[in-house]
Amino acid sequence: MAEIPESILRRSAAARAKAEGRPLDEILAEMGLAPEGGSAPAAAPAGEPAAAPVAEAVAPEPAAAAPAAADPGGAALEGFAAMADVGVPESLIERSTRARAKADGIALPGAAPAAPVAAGGGGGAAAAPAAAPVAAIPAGVRTQRLLTVVKANAIQQVKKEPHDKVNTWPHLVAAEFVALMVMTAFLLVFSVFVDAPLLELANFNEQPNPSKAPWYFLGLQELLSYFDPQVAGVIIPGFGIAAIAFIPYIDKNPSVRPNDRKLAIMIFTFFVMASAILTIFGSFFRGPGFNFTYPWADGIFFDF
Amino acid sequence: MANRNGDDQRVALKERIAGAADALRQSQVWTSIFRPGSPFRHGYSDSPRNRSYVIMNNVLYHLHPVKVKRHGVRLSYTLCLGGLSFFLFILLTITGIFLMFYYRPTSPAAYNDIAALATDVAFGQIVRNMHRWGAHAMVLTVFLHMARVFYHGAYKPPREFNWVIGVVLLLLTLLLSFTGYLLPWDQLALWAVTVGSNMAAYTPVFGAQVSFGLVGGVQITGDTLLRWYVLHVLFLPFIIVVFMAVHFWRVRKDGGISGPL
Ligand code: HEM
Repeated sequence: MAEIPESILRRSAAARAKAEGRPLDEILAEMGLAPEGGSAPAAAPAGEPAAAPVAEAVAPEPAAAAPAAADPGGAALEGFAAMADVGVPESLIERSTRARAKADGIALPGAAPAAPVAAGGGGGAAAAPAAAPVAAIPAGVRTQRLLTVVKANAIQQVKKEPHDKVNTWPHLVAAEFVALMVMTAFLLVFSVFVDAPLLELANFNEQPNPSKAPWYFLGLQELLSYFDPQVAGVIIPGFGIAAIAFIPYIDKNPSVRPNDRKLAIMIFTFFVMASAILTIFGSFFRGPGFNFTYPWADGIFFDF
Repeated sequence: MANRNGDDQRVALKERIAGAADALRQSQVWTSIFRPGSPFRHGYSDSPRNRSYVIMNNVLYHLHPVKVKRHGVRLSYTLCLGGLSFFLFILLTITGIFLMFYYRPTSPAAYNDIAALATDVAFGQIVRNMHRWGAHAMVLTVFLHMARVFYHGAYKPPREFNWVIGVVLLLLTLLLSFTGYLLPWDQLALWAVTVGSNMAAYTPVFGAQVSFGLVGGVQITGDTLLRWYVLHVLFLPFIIVVFMAVHFWRVRKDGGISGPL
């Protein structure tokens, strides 16, 4: 466990003092820190009510709450006792306490007979009577249990973000609003001047000549004059739509630069142009009987 | 003296109005409507933080992130075609609802109702015009949007599937337009749809069934009108809204508008 810097311990003590409404020095003492002002460490009063319940239950002797002073190992061990407060099972606490003690070379009462250590040099916790291992740890620092250390790039992939961003409001919203207004104005004005067509009532007995599909199907209708209806009406549009849908899976070229995509652009443009020409042809150059006409000679046989 | 008195009263009134406005803004009703951080709660002053809040505390947040790539805002990149397609759809919904109040999908009432829009209904003709021209415009913008997406290579990974959704949207747009085409029940509508649905009859193997299902009989009748009406005003709009939702969601999940060329 990383050593917690004293400054942080002090800050947490101050926060705790505020939260629990107790004097700061009392809490500092409990945590084994010098009181504010730098005087000598004060021993926690015997039977201190705030001592961890577990520690109390196992070893009620006042000696158990002996000051751990500034001993880093002792401070760390105290932390384990505090875990009991947050519901970590006692057996686990004991296990970590042992592991910790072993790693730090501190003799634990239960493991080997403790060699008495000079009280002034710290290690008071380790020298506690052999009542129980946790008994020697007074309540104090709350701490986290470190489960594992993971390298940052293993769990998060920081992709390089484009930094050139602008706020949606107002930049994008304003542009959209303008587009919306322009479109509305255009439609409104256009609708004032040009009426939607309405011919005579539908009559099943009188087919107009020519009969034309809506304009977006006129390219197909034009194809009908060259191919069998099954080809022009179903197979070509069917395969056409399927081919469009599959473009992303057919075009494996990862580049989006026009210079790298000459073939794709050529093919797509060819088909767009072809359908545009067929549509224009079917719309304006087909007259009665769907025969070829010049719109300027015979008039336009086309309605929106 | 009297004058000064009047001034005082005016000041007092101003303060009282300001106080009332404050009280309103702190009331439970008001704060329940506008989210914390909304400019409607605290007023708006131009700051980066407030610029973010405007989007974050707005239903627009469903459509737009707080920030977008600079080049995506340039009109010359998207030409706003996708946005315009969506906007036209909204406009068509609004004008379409208006038209529904005056239209009965039966023969020959349908025709008379459309004719009456020009004579009996306030703004009837212009709303009908907007609905019709808007529909044609939408077919056009959707098509142009597809072309611009292609020329930008914006269908490339990770956006492949959004392109496929787009193709479905294109088909739905055409179907919406086509089903609407029949509704005026005039000669243009009847015979255009006859030509169109005759093509469907050439479907290999199932031709007759496809045609029967589409037309609701062996030939176009008043029943076809009802069928296409329901498709046009309910079924297809519902489906297209679902696909649009997925489409917009994917635009954001795929990392916003594709990068600059
Ligand atoms: C009802 C029809 C449609 C609507 C309302 C719509 C709406 C939108 C909107 C608002 C955007 C954001 C970028 C922009 O405005 O260009 C977008 C992006 C996109 N759309 Fe559509 N769209 C429709 C049809 C289509 C079609 C027919 C296709 C292709 C076959 C398509 C493929 C895409 C793709 C791939 C993107 C991502 C583009 C990028 O990231 O640059 N959409 N769409």
